[in-house]
Amino acid sequence: MRYSGWKVIKEALTGHRGWGPAWRDATPKPAYDYIIIGGGGHGLATAYYLAKQFKQANIAVLEKGWIGGGNVGRNTTIIRSNYLLDGNEPFYEFSLKLWEGLEQELNYNAMVSQRGILNLIHSDAQRDAFTRRGNAMILNGADAELLSTKQILARYPFLNVNDARFPIKGGLAQHRGGTVRHDAVAWGYARGADQHGVDIIQNCEVTGFRIENGTVKGVETSRGFIGAKKVAACVAGSSSRLMEKAGMRLPIESHVLQAFVSEGLKPVLPGVITFGAGHFYCSQSDKGGLVFGGDIDGYNSYAQRGNLPVIEDVAEGGMAIFPMLGRARLLRMWGGIMDMSMDGSPIIDRTHIDGLYFNGGWCYGGFKATPASGFAYAHLLATDRPHDTATAYRFDRFAKGRMIDEKGMGNQPNLH
Amino acid sequence: MIINHPLLGPRDAAEFVYKGDAALIHRPDGMAPDALEKFIDYGYLRDNPAGEHRELWFHEQGDRSWLVVTRNTLTHEITSVELARDVARREGRSK
Repeated sequence: MRYSGWKVIKEALTGHRGWGPAWRDATPKPAYDYIIIGGGGHGLATAYYLAKQFKQANIAVLEKGWIGGGNVGRNTTIIRSNYLLDGNEPFYEFSLKLWEGLEQELNYNAMVSQRGILNLIHSDAQRDAFTRRGNAMILNGADAELLSTKQILARYPFLNVNDARFPIKGGLAQHRGGTVRHDAVAWGYARGADQHGVDIIQNCEVTGFRIENGTVKGVETSRGFIGAKKVAACVAGSSSRLMEKAGMRLPIESHVLQAFVSEGLKPVLPGVITFGAGHFYCSQSDKGGLVFGGDIDGYNSYAQRGNLPVIEDVAEGGMAIFPMLGRARLLRMWGGIMDMSMDGSPIIDRTHIDGLYFNGGWCYGGFKATPASGFAYAHLLATDRPHDTATAYRFDRFAKGRMIDEKGMGNQPNLH
Repeated sequence: MIINHPLLGPRDAAEFVYKGDAALIHRPDGMAPDALEKFIDYGYLRDNPAGEHRELWFHEQGDRSWLVVTRNTLTHEITSVELARDVARREGRSK
């Protein structure tokens, strides 16, 4: 079924009886050509592009809970491509271009809103760093503009530019960045994948791998054994727990990141603002809530909730530059589990087991990568070669000293 | 989280810096024939379990001691706290 204005009018006049579910509730077949483990944004995007772009068939997505119930439903919905390093920037810019065409591609309203993202500058050294970053972005076909304090105040008059510790001296803007309705991304890809014949199987937890002579033969699940020629892991924060069942240790620690939303307000914040020096960033959802967050808590966790010191830190950061935030009441807060890698960059690669593939290590930046991650992973699965924009995301980069460390922090996951 | 410091009593976890898996106490022998492989594992691979986890916490805002904290990563419950020095000695890492 195609969604359109005509369809909405027709259904309005006929009592909305013709909509039907957006995807089938599939029951597992005995075997598939491709099994994707994880029905989050990346897994569903992978299935969609594998079926649509790479013309593969006989694909299943296995999801332990319900689709969209993990990190794709728990993030702060920001899209951007403001990276510095060669291994990253072409990939994230490819992702942003896919976001720009996503709704037409999927015939689904994902509320992609290119309202712009602004990274604040507080010192000369930071201005140099952001100038370099902006130039790297432009060299890779992205957009970037350095703004003066005056230009920033014209759009965001409520900012406190005279904070004693971090006065605002300018900012790096990416006008094509913005926000997307995160749940709609999962639903849109699920519907698109389903229309191309993908079986989306919910409440189906993978409990083990069947591996014979170094080749994967399928997966044991809570709904029985399912055979497969290729198995693709795509489970973000649960990566270590899943791959341990295949005998692998990963360059990943799982950490909790908290996020917050205020009560619904009239439009006050037209874009996305990041105050990196103060561990705070904020946007306003279309429903009106101020959506904000800060740093990860910093210790291994699978609890999907954090602790109070980080909440205090985020609130302090927010109040320092954004004093009007203090008038809004906090409505909800929650935590998600981040697959923090050893250099802060992801992995999309084969494993040493034939037919077993891995996608993970997205740290706290997985949402913006969803389309490109799905596309690149589907490319790898279909052709056994990495996509042009994802050649650096290999397992062996740590052993070979080819880390992609945007912040230059070294192998300490809680510093990325 | 409250960490029950063996010398100082209960302290807020915010006073500490988290330094990762306590297995890092066991630094590989740099002169061993397989040292390269061992150091790649040591530097980059982690068990990352869901459940009980032994980990290093550094009391940066306090007495600057290193602790081995046993904590459940599913609930954040802390079940034991020891001085890393004592653990290292017991496990033969230090004289």
